[in-house]
Amino acid sequence: MPPENPAPAPPVLEARGLVKRFGAVTAVAGISLQVQAGRVTAILGPSGSGKSTLLRCLNFLEVPDAGEVWFEGRVVRPRDRELDALRARVGMVFQQFNLFPHLSVLENVALAPRVVARIGRPAARERARALLARVGLADKEGAHPAELSGGQQQRAAIARALAMEPAALLFDEPTSALDPELTGEVLAVMRSLAAEGTTMVVVTHEVAFARAVAHEVVFMDAGEVVERGPPAEVIDAPTHERALRFFRR
Amino acid sequence: MIGPDGQLSPGPGGRLARVPWWLLALGLAAAIFACRVATSAVYGEILAALLAGLTVTLAVTAVTFPLAIGLGLLTALGLVSPHPFRRNVALLYVQVARGVPILVQIFIAAFVLVPLGIDALHGLGGGQGALGALRSSDVPMGVRVVAALAFAYGAFEAETIRGGLTSLARGQAEAARAVGLSQRQALRHVLLPQTFGRILPTLGNDLISLLKDSSLVSVLGVRDITQEARLYASANFRYTESLTLLAFFYLALTLLLALLVRGLEARYRRHAA
Repeated sequence: MPPENPAPAPPVLEARGLVKRFGAVTAVAGISLQVQAGRVTAILGPSGSGKSTLLRCLNFLEVPDAGEVWFEGRVVRPRDRELDALRARVGMVFQQFNLFPHLSVLENVALAPRVVARIGRPAARERARALLARVGLADKEGAHPAELSGGQQQRAAIARALAMEPAALLFDEPTSALDPELTGEVLAVMRSLAAEGTTMVVVTHEVAFARAVAHEVVFMDAGEVVERGPPAEVIDAPTHERALRFFRR
Repeated sequence: MIGPDGQLSPGPGGRLARVPWWLLALGLAAAIFACRVATSAVYGEILAALLAGLTVTLAVTAVTFPLAIGLGLLTALGLVSPHPFRRNVALLYVQVARGVPILVQIFIAAFVLVPLGIDALHGLGGGQGALGALRSSDVPMGVRVVAALAFAYGAFEAETIRGGLTSLARGQAEAARAVGLSQRQALRHVLLPQTFGRILPTLGNDLISLLKDSSLVSVLGVRDITQEARLYASANFRYTESLTLLAFFYLALTLLLALLVRGLEARYRRHAA
């Protein structure tokens, strides 16, 4: 079939009809999602609505029961080697940071470039230093995670997620484990990433952040997407009853 | 027991209660004993005999322990494997090795498995050449006993390592995989270093147990310190002196090891989470 128009660039990341069940509970009930390059997608919704599960399906930390994940125009098959390659190109930031406690902050960031990309220790460290500077932790490279505040740990985790020069970043409630004082410094880093055109999918409870930064907001309830669109529509003028109640808090 | 601060504590007490009386008592006994040893010709002879066996005791322990750790590591990976076959092989090994007394395992290794193995080799080689000339007696007792001890201890180490691996937060494995590390890379760079940091105290205890259990090699006539003490005792009817000095040898070795392990722990604890 000859193309009629020059094909638009495929989405960086795309979910097609994803389903994930835990026993009798359907956490994700057939969700499709397109993440375009350079755009920020915020996934909002009440606790237990399946936001995190959806996000974790995108890099196969949860293997979906049905549906497909497409990365840069190709379907991802859940085979070890293909998944390793996908994960190296899609960074992830966790709610609990999950830094490696036995490594220094610098080694946390340099590990994947050194071991997976094999760019050599000096180059890996150089890249890690640059990334730590970018998240404001240039002076902490020798520290171990336990010596950092929660906000610093999460910023180091963001640097680690950036270390493989990913095509997209996934954030799983990145500020939910932080007290309000430390939330700001993490959100500031995320804002600057968004401003630089980083492709991001963010599961969050920070409605103000989603309104200010996201290009698209996806509102989930009970494993389904009940509203999606620009923040001005979904957050400020929701039509679905569940979304109305959620944003009126 | 559990103090008002919710901490496990050795109980209330002032400065006197905190003196390690047990160590002082032991030191005193050792000092008195050392004087006897130094001034007695009999003790001098026993001391010489035991020192001759010390190399064997230390060598058996030093060779067996890394083998047991290696075997335990492989088995632990089997125990946590999603592969039913690997898991069942690992479980079978652990249950057999832990369910049969070590002494019996040593006898079986030495007097059943080695002859069977030699027979099997002969069967394969048709009794020709160097293989055909191999006899059971060509396999030293020391080798048989080390193999048996490593087999027995591998099962303990497997359980220890598995326990350490499963005690790590799930987020560690997820974070390692999420940056693109393969399963093997995640184990090598993220999970195992943390596991070994955590299980160091248990490994230290196992090493001390192994040092003591190395005395079992004497049942095959391998001349470790236990065997030397028994030989001297029965040849000279000096059981009291031989066995007392033997006990002190083991005690000194285990205390030394305990100190060493504690030092190592202190070094590793700095960054353990």
